[in-house]
Amino acid sequence: MKNRQTPPDVARRMLHGIMRVRLIEERIRKLYAEQEMRCPTHFSIGQEAVAVGVCAHLKREELITSAHRSHAHYLAKGGDLKGMLAELYGKATGCAAGKGGSMHLIDRSVGFLGAVPIVGSTIPIGVGAALSSVLQGNPLLTVIFFGDAATEAGVFHESLNIAALHKLPVVMVCENNLYSVLSPLSVRKPEDREIVQLAQGHGVFNGQADGNDADAVYALAGEAIERARAGQGPAFLEFKTYRWYEHCGPLEDQHLGYRPPGELEAWKARDPLKLYAGRLRQHGIVSDADIAVMEKTIDAEIDEAVAFAKASPFPTRDQLATHLYAP
Amino acid sequence: MSATASTRQLKFVQALNEALDLCMTKDPRVFIIGLGAPDPAAIFASTKGLVEKYGPTRVLDMPVAENAITGVALGAALRGMRPVMTHIRLEFAMLTIDQIVNQAAKWHYMFGGQASVPLVIRMVVGRGWGQGAQHSQSLQSWFAHVPGLKVVMPATPHDAKGLLISAIEDNNPVVFIEHRWLYGIHGPVPEGVYRVPLGQPNVLRQGRHVTVVATSYMTLEAVRAADELAQEGIELEIVDVRTLNPFDETLVLESVRKTGKLIVADTGWRSVGFAAEVVARVTERCFGDLKAPPVRLTLPDVPTPTTRALSNYYYPLVHDITAAARRLAGRPAKPAPEIKPEAFLDVPDPSFTGPF
Ligand SMILES: Cc1ncc(C[n+]2csc(CCOP(=O)(O)OP(=O)(O)O)c2C)c(N)n1
Repeated sequence: MKNRQTPPDVARRMLHGIMRVRLIEERIRKLYAEQEMRCPTHFSIGQEAVAVGVCAHLKREELITSAHRSHAHYLAKGGDLKGMLAELYGKATGCAAGKGGSMHLIDRSVGFLGAVPIVGSTIPIGVGAALSSVLQGNPLLTVIFFGDAATEAGVFHESLNIAALHKLPVVMVCENNLYSVLSPLSVRKPEDREIVQLAQGHGVFNGQADGNDADAVYALAGEAIERARAGQGPAFLEFKTYRWYEHCGPLEDQHLGYRPPGELEAWKARDPLKLYAGRLRQHGIVSDADIAVMEKTIDAEIDEAVAFAKASPFPTRDQLATHLYAP
Repeated sequence: MSATASTRQLKFVQALNEALDLCMTKDPRVFIIGLGAPDPAAIFASTKGLVEKYGPTRVLDMPVAENAITGVALGAALRGMRPVMTHIRLEFAMLTIDQIVNQAAKWHYMFGGQASVPLVIRMVVGRGWGQGAQHSQSLQSWFAHVPGLKVVMPATPHDAKGLLISAIEDNNPVVFIEHRWLYGIHGPVPEGVYRVPLGQPNVLRQGRHVTVVATSYMTLEAVRAADELAQEGIELEIVDVRTLNPFDETLVLESVRKTGKLIVADTGWRSVGFAAEVVARVTERCFGDLKAPPVRLTLPDVPTPTTRALSNYYYPLVHDITAAARRLAGRPAKPAPEIKPEAFLDVPDPSFTGPF
């Protein structure tokens, strides 16, 4: 990997981005308890640096897809916060008109093609988006986000092969958070084989980095993205990271006993937000006062979006049958 | 069915768990395979305690590779094992249609009877709490359309156990569809091994005025409707379908000959759905006995919306059954209850607080 320093302005943006996802999701966790957001919701807390570090490179028109755990990707790509919160509340003003919920976010105005909770399903869809751009003579980067478990699905391999074969401008980003629901990697793949090795078999550019270190994510993603934009073919990146809360829902889940003792604590000690804030402070890129301002601005933005979502109307009954077929 | 009536009450999910446990004890060829089957959540507790009792070689967790897992289970079944595959949502079985429809359903016929596939595929249908378009589909009609598959939908704890035992003992692929909203209901469940034969509907309640043929959760709604109507002197006869393929319509025909009125309540979509199959068989076989056009109560032909403001109007409610029955019975209509968009109709009972 080339030695890549994150430029200070990008670093500040990334810190803001990580903090923003964190604060938004912490707010959703609190509000979820009111039982007014009634849809299965998968939190990204603990994994924010991957979404933010990758999306820091992306232009507005470049595309991304995601899966069930999509809040961080949606927000990092610039997805509309009001639309997302209204969607979680099932409101007509939601980004999917209330028909989707947390598992089906979309904001095409910023290149967020869509997120769905069938594991693996958006991988070929993202490849298809990239293919279309090539067919249209205007290659456009597509970044496809998914979890470790998606690499176990046949469709991942089939899609990666197609992307490699046609040298498509695709970057696949695997967030390896060690679990598929409650199942550890040890019951899902051979111990002596890393996930990234699957991509090596497909002969595409690949790499592995610390997903809790925003700079490491930014550096590796930058290399893959430049290659893909330059027509040098797809890439597969594996970022190791960790989910703090239950698989689905806002609560802690230590009582279930599927995480080895000390594991969560060890990962929390490497909190991507604290890690990055600390580093930027140390390098004099941000001050404590800057951070306080960031927090305040973000909180105000969230207050406004929550108020918007809560005040928004529900879809009316006649909306049940709309959107069945495109006009 | 067991000869001794039991008063022991179990939840639907406990009945499933007991069926699995008993089958694993009596037959070493039975094993469970599927995502999360041995995990602490244990498929909404239906596989609870089994990995502790039988070990990880008989309760296998798996990578997220459903199509392959189905083929693997099929391969094991061909050699005499009796796999029980699990999906916490029916949608995840959609990724395995080749193995289910092209392979499992065909191998016995296509190879002239030389291969049999004693495979059970359990699928849970979600509802409520914003499960939405990809976590709530009731696709029993698809499966029931395929010759060679058996399709079972239990509606009571008693039948959940008896049908699951029969499914595991059956020498054919059985798609076993469980409604999430039935998991918490209680009912009498006999101890020990007993069987509810596949392919036999059950008259759950006798009545003179209107026949209600129902599947899965709609059976429970039909019982609620029958309780309400009984106070008005309208008697529903409820036929719980239990097995959609092979579907034996005999009891339905007998009932319609008596009542002359038919409502079919299915958890699936309307068009080309199982309810249409029931209506077709009745009109083919006892058209002359019908005193009114049959009524289908199903989902409207649209995907499941996530917001409760729309899902409140998506699922048929008890009132839809009572209203149809009053009309068929020639009784005056009663005003429909007003349903507000923000009403919490998206949980089976107040103890259910999501996200699942
Ligand atoms: C095809 C399919 N099978 C099973 C599931 C159930 N499921 C939902 S999320 C999930 C785990 C996915 O793990 P991973 O892809 O690593 O993402 P993470 O949840 O860790 O972010 C599973 C198995 C599903 N949604 N889709």
